[in-house]
Amino acid sequence: MTAAADEDLAAGFDATIAAGDRIEPRDWMPEGYRKTLVRQIAQHAHSEIIGMQPEGNWITRAPSLRRKAILLAKVQDEAGHGLYLYSACETLGVSRRDLMEQLISGAQKYSSIFNYPTLSYADVGTIGWLVDGAAICNQVPLCRTSYGPYGRAMIRICKEESFHQRQGYELLATMMRGTDEQRAMVQESVDRFWKPALMMFGPPDADSPNTQQSMDWGIKRHTNDELRARFIEMSAPQAAALGVTLPGNDLDWDEFWRIVKGGGPCNAQRIAHRKKAHDDGAWVREAATAYARSPR
Amino acid sequence: MTNSDWPLYEVFVRSKRGLNHVHVGSLHAPDDAMALRHARDVYTRRSEGVSIWVVRSDTITASSPGEKDPLFAPSGDKVYRHPTFYDIPDNVPHM
Ligand SMILES: [Fe+2]
Ligand SMILES: [Fe+2]
Repeated sequence: MTAAADEDLAAGFDATIAAGDRIEPRDWMPEGYRKTLVRQIAQHAHSEIIGMQPEGNWITRAPSLRRKAILLAKVQDEAGHGLYLYSACETLGVSRRDLMEQLISGAQKYSSIFNYPTLSYADVGTIGWLVDGAAICNQVPLCRTSYGPYGRAMIRICKEESFHQRQGYELLATMMRGTDEQRAMVQESVDRFWKPALMMFGPPDADSPNTQQSMDWGIKRHTNDELRARFIEMSAPQAAALGVTLPGNDLDWDEFWRIVKGGGPCNAQRIAHRKKAHDDGAWVREAATAYARSPR
Repeated sequence: MTNSDWPLYEVFVRSKRGLNHVHVGSLHAPDDAMALRHARDVYTRRSEGVSIWVVRSDTITASSPGEKDPLFAPSGDKVYRHPTFYDIPDNVPHM
């Protein structure tokens, strides 16, 4: 291809972004744009899949059939979210197998929040309220992200997330109407999850060197600190209505980086479990392939 | 090969960037390339689209046409998948 043709393609891409239009899979795109999207969408997909583990921990011990059915439905939704996002990522020319391998090897990351343990049943409520709440805050603007397949996946996901946050809040509100012991469980859970939830928005803007480029490309619509501030503002009246106290907003970024780099309380367990689930499922995939090939 | 032997194609059009391809109709064509050309002529004469997909109808696997297909039964009794199932007091904003 000639240099002039290359420039035409780049100009077309820039014009599409400048017009606030979407880039679609067959469009030309700069390699940096593609790489940034692969990294972000893969990380997002991995988070949905790994995120099933902390809550899945409580499915067999849910306190009622109603709560069990709700929790199952929520965890099932998260598996679906992972699939929407892996599919969006595959439109950028990567394979599902590669993505899986990069998760297991640690080459690609997932949200640091899922490396904390779920120690009490109240954590199921807190995760729905705060963790899904933070995810929603992050994801609503991504419905307008510049890459078409990613934006459309986010639209589907956001529609389903509303139930996640509401079931969590309702669960906590039910416990707050219970005994002193139950109220203490809720507060203790919120104490553990509040700051990790705030860290879900990523490092402070000053330490997030890629943000400006991502915003210029229309991949991100707001900075980490903007979204974090919005989430804090939205959570305050919700906490007041619930009757819990939110811990302060001073964050330990050394802890964040330590967990991102693999040193959190559950990092090794989460990846080992994912790998085991994948390996244990091999016979199912093999059987389905053999059945599809068999003469019928 | 006569026209009646040509396979049927289903046509999907993306009306603008950012939106899904949506099924708009079908047509007969001798091959994929001609199906695309015909689809352009039949379905996007007034700039209705920026992208077209054509796919041979006989490669589509579909659920049975009845809306009461038992395939969909499992979601019928799971009202808790909907946000309105949960009571959130009026004084709780942004939820
Ligand atoms: Fe999700
Ligand atoms: Fe969720």
